[in-house]
Amino acid sequence: MKPGRETLSGWGRHPRVACAVYRPDRQGQLTSVLRDASGLSQIARGLGRSYGDASTNQDQGVVDMTALSRFIAFDESTGILTAEAGVSYADLVDVLLPRGWFAAVTPGTKFVTLGGAIAADVHGKNHHRDGSFNSCVRSFELLTPAGELLTCSRELNAEVFWATLGGMGLTGFIQTATIQLRKVQSAFVDVTTTRVGNLDAMLEHFTKTDEDLTYSVAWIDCLAKGDRLGRGVVLQGEHAPGTCGPAPSKRSKSVPFDFPGFALNPLSVRAFNGVYYASHGSGQAKEDVNTYFYPLDAVHHWNRIYGRRGFVQYQPVFPVADADKGVRALIQKLVDARRSSFLAVLKQMGGHEGGPLGFPMKGLTLAVDLPRAPGIENFLNELDRLVLDHGGRVYLAKDGSMSPESFRRMYPRLDEFLQVKARVDPHDLLSSDQSRRLKIT
Amino acid sequence: MSQEPGLSVLIVGATSGIARAIAAVYAARGAALVLAGRDGKALEQDADDLRVRYKAVVKTRLFDAMDRATQATLLDNLHVSVAVLCHGVMIDNDTARSSPDAHRSMIEVNYTSYALLLEQLADQMQRQGGGVIGVVSSVAGDRGRGSNYCYGATKAALTAYADGLRGRLYNTGVHVVTIKPGPTATPMTAGLAHQSKMANPVSVAKQIIRAMDQRKNILYTPGKWRLIMAVIRAIPEQVFKRMSI
Repeated sequence: MKPGRETLSGWGRHPRVACAVYRPDRQGQLTSVLRDASGLSQIARGLGRSYGDASTNQDQGVVDMTALSRFIAFDESTGILTAEAGVSYADLVDVLLPRGWFAAVTPGTKFVTLGGAIAADVHGKNHHRDGSFNSCVRSFELLTPAGELLTCSRELNAEVFWATLGGMGLTGFIQTATIQLRKVQSAFVDVTTTRVGNLDAMLEHFTKTDEDLTYSVAWIDCLAKGDRLGRGVVLQGEHAPGTCGPAPSKRSKSVPFDFPGFALNPLSVRAFNGVYYASHGSGQAKEDVNTYFYPLDAVHHWNRIYGRRGFVQYQPVFPVADADKGVRALIQKLVDARRSSFLAVLKQMGGHEGGPLGFPMKGLTLAVDLPRAPGIENFLNELDRLVLDHGGRVYLAKDGSMSPESFRRMYPRLDEFLQVKARVDPHDLLSSDQSRRLKIT
Repeated sequence: MSQEPGLSVLIVGATSGIARAIAAVYAARGAALVLAGRDGKALEQDADDLRVRYKAVVKTRLFDAMDRATQATLLDNLHVSVAVLCHGVMIDNDTARSSPDAHRSMIEVNYTSYALLLEQLADQMQRQGGGVIGVVSSVAGDRGRGSNYCYGATKAALTAYADGLRGRLYNTGVHVVTIKPGPTATPMTAGLAHQSKMANPVSVAKQIIRAMDQRKNILYTPGKWRLIMAVIRAIPEQVFKRMSI
């Protein structure tokens, strides 16, 4: 199979690198990609929503999995789906929601493939209750670089199963996946919105209410200082009763060109955050799943608002003991550095099992968007130190800048992962720009 | 999307990139589908996808454009109201020139098999009292180019055949649409330069189906290729033969 030469980047649009891109459209072709790779390393790529360099591989191979997007079987009585790894959450919403089934764990965009969801072990607004994506993965088929097709589950090849969940594609090509969906009664979510004045009140609100609610997430005004630091809006939800039909979707808009670099500045971001806070009173509403779970998907190419130089999303999790101190320190640092975040999201994570490179831990996770302004690399290194000082770790699906030393300290089970990788990929044929930067070999 | 339970659609070369996108649109409309092609396993995988996604009624049938036996029986016991013929190969010019076998197989697949199958289809649809046939040719058939004439000539012959057949069937209720896609991002063009800038097979498929619904005669898809090919055809041969395109 012949590759085409293309320039690729992650969703943060930096760095942009030339890669040899393979586009298999049959499962069997993955074997020939491996055979014809002639010494080049490969990494699988889905819809390219990881923010940094996890799905790029400069001057080497990238295997675009999006044409492997066939449904294989769906049992309407149990909600168990088997599909090729390139099937996306958008496909699940289109095909299965009208029949009363919804993904049991979904990230904040539906432009993520099942393979990508496994590779990043994605989490959603229900992590505090249900854990990350692995909780609904029953099994998957993994093609290893040796050409062996392994069926992996909690029982079969369990070590490979766990290493692959969160393993950023470095153990093999995920060919098909079998997942459990959640039965829902309608395409709507009953949303309770609560405006909260500062971080202490926010955490108290989480503690009081999260246990009872399936979905819970807060938007934080990262520019508010002093005793208003951490003020924001909590959006909690439950699947609404009713009858199922197709999910209403607004006509999607698109950002047609790169915004100039000055469009997002401290003033405009402050204005946005202020208006967002002021316009969200406390109350109840019914929202369709697209609006509640995938608000940004309605604007295609929204990453262009950061202009050509791109942006960074930074998402650490802080362990529960010190979580509020970590979050407070991080927000304070953003305020002090005058690094404005357009969108900042805070949520509680539960203590569920994960793989050796699993991200979640019981505590609080905060995700912030930062424009790629001068000095960003140093600033991110400082943030990494802050996260380490509070015992936290950074999500690999968002990472594009961590040092191998920080990574090793944040992910103490790395050696366990490397042992599995050495077994399934002894010649190190799978790598990405991220894995080389972090020295995951 | 309108549901048309009476619609029965035959897609030949059903595992190709454009054909898969066409099958999905018809399945979403509630059509019963017959997918025909060489690779039985691939056909079943595609059929399962349509069955799960759209709860479509889908049958598969083996068809090999190099094998007269599968051609002769393809239409047995089938009622077809719409047929889309998408099978084809593109062998690069140098390979075709140096390998007579490869060259002959491209002619067989891209032209001979179409000619024979089209007559069978036209007869059957005439007996049924009507139908629409989409013939996927190519812009490459509009003018022989020094870099790609072996492939282009098979498509030029196919275009002429489809156009002529449409004339013969005029007023019979059976209609032929000649479809000329420009370069499309499908497995056929994998690895070619600029593949990422080629047309998306889903939008090409939608335009093809609209043209078949409206019984258009000749479709260029994407539409800009009508203009581009008009310009290319207008270049005097004295100039064209010197151009390396």
